[in-house]
Amino acid sequence: MAKQMTIHLRVWRQAGPEAPGRLVDYTVTEANEHMSFLELLDVLNEQLIGKGQDPVEFDSDCREGICGSCGLMVGGIAHGPQRRTAVCQLHMRSFKDGDTITVEPWRARAFPIIRDLVVDRSAFDRIIVAGGYVSVTTGGAPDANALPIRKHEADEAMDYAACIGCGACVAACPNGSASLFTAAKIAHLELLPQGRVESERRTMAMVDQMAAEGFGDCSNHAECEAVCPKGISVAGIARMRRAYMKGVFAG
Amino acid sequence: MQTVSNGRLDAKVPAGRLQDKWDAYKGVVRLVSPANKRKYTILVVGTGLAGASAAATLAALGYNIKSFCIQDSARRAHSIAAQGGINAAKNYPNDGDSIWRLFYDTIKGGDYRAREANVYRLAQVSSNIIDQAVAQGVPFAREYGGMLDNRSFGGAQVSRTFYARGQTGQQLLLGAYQALSQQIAAGRVSMLPRREMLDLVVTGGCARGIITRDLVTGEMERHVGDAVLLCTGGYGNAYYLSTNAKNSNVTAAWRCYKRGAFFANPCYTQIHPTCIPVSGSYQSKLTLMSESLRNDGRVWVPTDPADQRAPEAIPEEDRDYYLERRYPSFGNLVPRDVASRAAKKECDEGRGVGETRLAVYLDFSEAMRRLGEQAIRERYGNLFEMYERITGDNPYGTPMRIYPAVHYTMGGLWVDYELQSTVPGLFVLGEANFSDHGANRLGASALMQGLADGYFVIPYTMGAYIAGADLPADVSDDDPAFLEAEADARVRIDRLSTVQGDKTPTEFHRELGAILWNHVGMSRTREGLQEAARTIANLKEEFWARVRVPGTSDTLNKNLEFAGRVADFMELGELMACDALRREESCGGHFREEHQTLEGEALRHDDEFADVAAWEFTENGPKMHLEKLSFEFVKPTTRSYK
Ligand SMILES: Cc1cc2nc3c(=O)[nH]c(=O)nc-3n(C[C@H](O)[C@H](O)[C@H](O)COP(=O)(O)OP(=O)(O)OC[C@H]3O[C@@H](n4cnc5c(N)ncnc54)[C@H](O)[C@@H]3O)c2cc1C
Ligand code: FES
Repeated sequence: MAKQMTIHLRVWRQAGPEAPGRLVDYTVTEANEHMSFLELLDVLNEQLIGKGQDPVEFDSDCREGICGSCGLMVGGIAHGPQRRTAVCQLHMRSFKDGDTITVEPWRARAFPIIRDLVVDRSAFDRIIVAGGYVSVTTGGAPDANALPIRKHEADEAMDYAACIGCGACVAACPNGSASLFTAAKIAHLELLPQGRVESERRTMAMVDQMAAEGFGDCSNHAECEAVCPKGISVAGIARMRRAYMKGVFAG
Repeated sequence: MQTVSNGRLDAKVPAGRLQDKWDAYKGVVRLVSPANKRKYTILVVGTGLAGASAAATLAALGYNIKSFCIQDSARRAHSIAAQGGINAAKNYPNDGDSIWRLFYDTIKGGDYRAREANVYRLAQVSSNIIDQAVAQGVPFAREYGGMLDNRSFGGAQVSRTFYARGQTGQQLLLGAYQALSQQIAAGRVSMLPRREMLDLVVTGGCARGIITRDLVTGEMERHVGDAVLLCTGGYGNAYYLSTNAKNSNVTAAWRCYKRGAFFANPCYTQIHPTCIPVSGSYQSKLTLMSESLRNDGRVWVPTDPADQRAPEAIPEEDRDYYLERRYPSFGNLVPRDVASRAAKKECDEGRGVGETRLAVYLDFSEAMRRLGEQAIRERYGNLFEMYERITGDNPYGTPMRIYPAVHYTMGGLWVDYELQSTVPGLFVLGEANFSDHGANRLGASALMQGLADGYFVIPYTMGAYIAGADLPADVSDDDPAFLEAEADARVRIDRLSTVQGDKTPTEFHRELGAILWNHVGMSRTREGLQEAARTIANLKEEFWARVRVPGTSDTLNKNLEFAGRVADFMELGELMACDALRREESCGGHFREEHQTLEGEALRHDDEFADVAAWEFTENGPKMHLEKLSFEFVKPTTRSYK
């Protein structure tokens, strides 16, 4: 039978972008080891509604670790204690009966808080709009097998393409940098012949946009890689720097 | 219930040989001149594969696009979660595939309840999708020679499925999202995330706009356009527990239904055979284990229901590989509906495994011996990891436990060959329409359909509408139709907030889900369906008396959003039961116990039910219109996977 547990939560509550926020204590007595962390918050919310209080707002959608909607600081760690796991996939078996867990939103200058645990990550979309694509339109594409691609390069491109855009890298970075997110897209596209053509231009535009959004610089802490639910490698950041310098010298 | 035959349903299928229809259509279709396209604004609701591909393509052609989605970013649409792959009739492995075979497999897989011409077109454009995706930089799996790799999916005897690890939907969606981003950069798309469409605006007989709610500020917004593309996905979440993302809903489609778009075949839902079983009452959703696993995984239960040994300890002779036994030619790769019912049968007869006994084993040990653990890791690594994270069991060492779960909805808004609904100017793409999968969808065909609709079909068919319709240019957002639709949406929101009862939207949703799962699920009976209709009607009444929506409507308030969706799901649930009751046959995902062969297989009645039931909303209850399906090119036979 599943183990029952009692969990104490300290949750960041903030009514709106400008409102003051604070940590509020709650206790959930009917937690169990098979529950996901977000299901624990669901149970808390049902409890709060029952008591006539406002539930805790948080984003989630797929609950399978792929859409990147969820994102919480759990016990001070982006997505919580289990490595390579988005918080929607974190299960209560990672905790002990009686634990007290602090839950906070992503904190970064470029991710303003909307309400409670929900933040505005639209800056990520604007970085992609700045150049995170191959400039092709629909139709007229050559046969998919016209251009062979080395398997290891396709695989490496896939490693970077796996980024879910959740923002944990930013939240974990002491500088609030979006370098891992930005580099993941740059590396994914640069590793493929289809994307290589525009690599320098793309890199310069995306990196400049990242700065314009108020993200900090990278100073090689690698905290981002440690919390990334998809295990994206910081080697991508070196790649990004090289492509950027090439772009600079090409003028 | 009133019935009308063919009546207003003209599928507008072009004449001629099946193989020539689409080319013939494209050859004569009216075009909008490049200079004129920018005069038109197209509202594209949804940024899944269907919506993102349509918005990107139409913007590149020069139209002005407004694109909407519920999530905080277009990239997070539910399509992102698709795992296994996408079909295309490329025949790269040279194993006998062709456009005809993909067409035929899809029609047969759908149990002969889809429109031939649409399905053929889908098979025809399938190859272009792969070309397009590769050009965008989608990192599909490759072989050492550098060519694209393929795998097999259910209902096919060829390998035609392209994949990107277990993240094919993610990669295809990111490709479409990036194409969309390119058009945003070009200034041709304005992107409006965190918006929920709450109504369709019809004026002068045509769809001319939508009402949305800004989910952060609660503000109502009116958007005017020359056509509306509804790409809002499926309604599987009616069952509460499903593999769909939490925000997937029927609301946008349901509001269109209430404004005159017919809802077709709502009873066709797909229950996917390989999902992680339910573990407790707090469960918020179910997780799919991709069908691709059935390439190498073998499904079994202990022969003796009393066998309590750990699965690894049960020797071969005490295992029943029931799919291989019952369906020797397709084995573990029978279509989903067949595999799901078979699992249910085993569990109903007491041979289920695990704590709840509502599970069967999916075992990789034989494949690991044959191919080595590394090969299995490469093929399915991320799925195995996901399984372990959720269950705490390591599938490299012990078989997975799986059970069927609601996954996909074949029903949806009725559309003609041009993907146009019964409301002129309202086009429906992707899972939201009913069009290509009949009564059962084959694996890896939804991604194909969404992208076919968005990249390759809608640019022609919507263009034809714009070129041919004489749309008044002066419709503005203070047109009475806009004011009325906005007022209606406000009233609904206010009504939800004012009840202030004692039950949460989630509690109602769970109850609705249980009713649908029990009576409109894998196996249906007349009595059960009548019972469902009755209990849903009661639940609906209770909802409006007792629902408690916390908070206010001028901030981010997810319970308010969910409450509105639950209200619509209840109304839809009644229609699903009604449609299932009327369909006195078994076909695909719709299994009526009264209609089965002696061996327990689905029994179709083509003479009476080779049709599409399209429901029209009226104040006096749903009115049914029938589109008779004629099979000119294939001969419906009894599906056999034996
Ligand atoms: C777990 C899982 C795995 C799958 N794997 C596969 C696979 O391997 N192969 C395959 O072919 N198929 C697969 N499918 C099916 C396939 O993913 C879906 O059918 C398909 O992605 C649907 O795409 P869509 O564009 O129609 O809609 P969705 O991707 O569902 O997008 C809907 C969009 O509409 C928006 N929206 C919805 N309602 C509103 C509203 N009221 N207002 C504003 N916006 C709204 C949403 O925000 C979203 O952007 C899988 C499905 C699931 C659940
Ligand atoms: S909810 Fe989608 S990644 Fe967590």
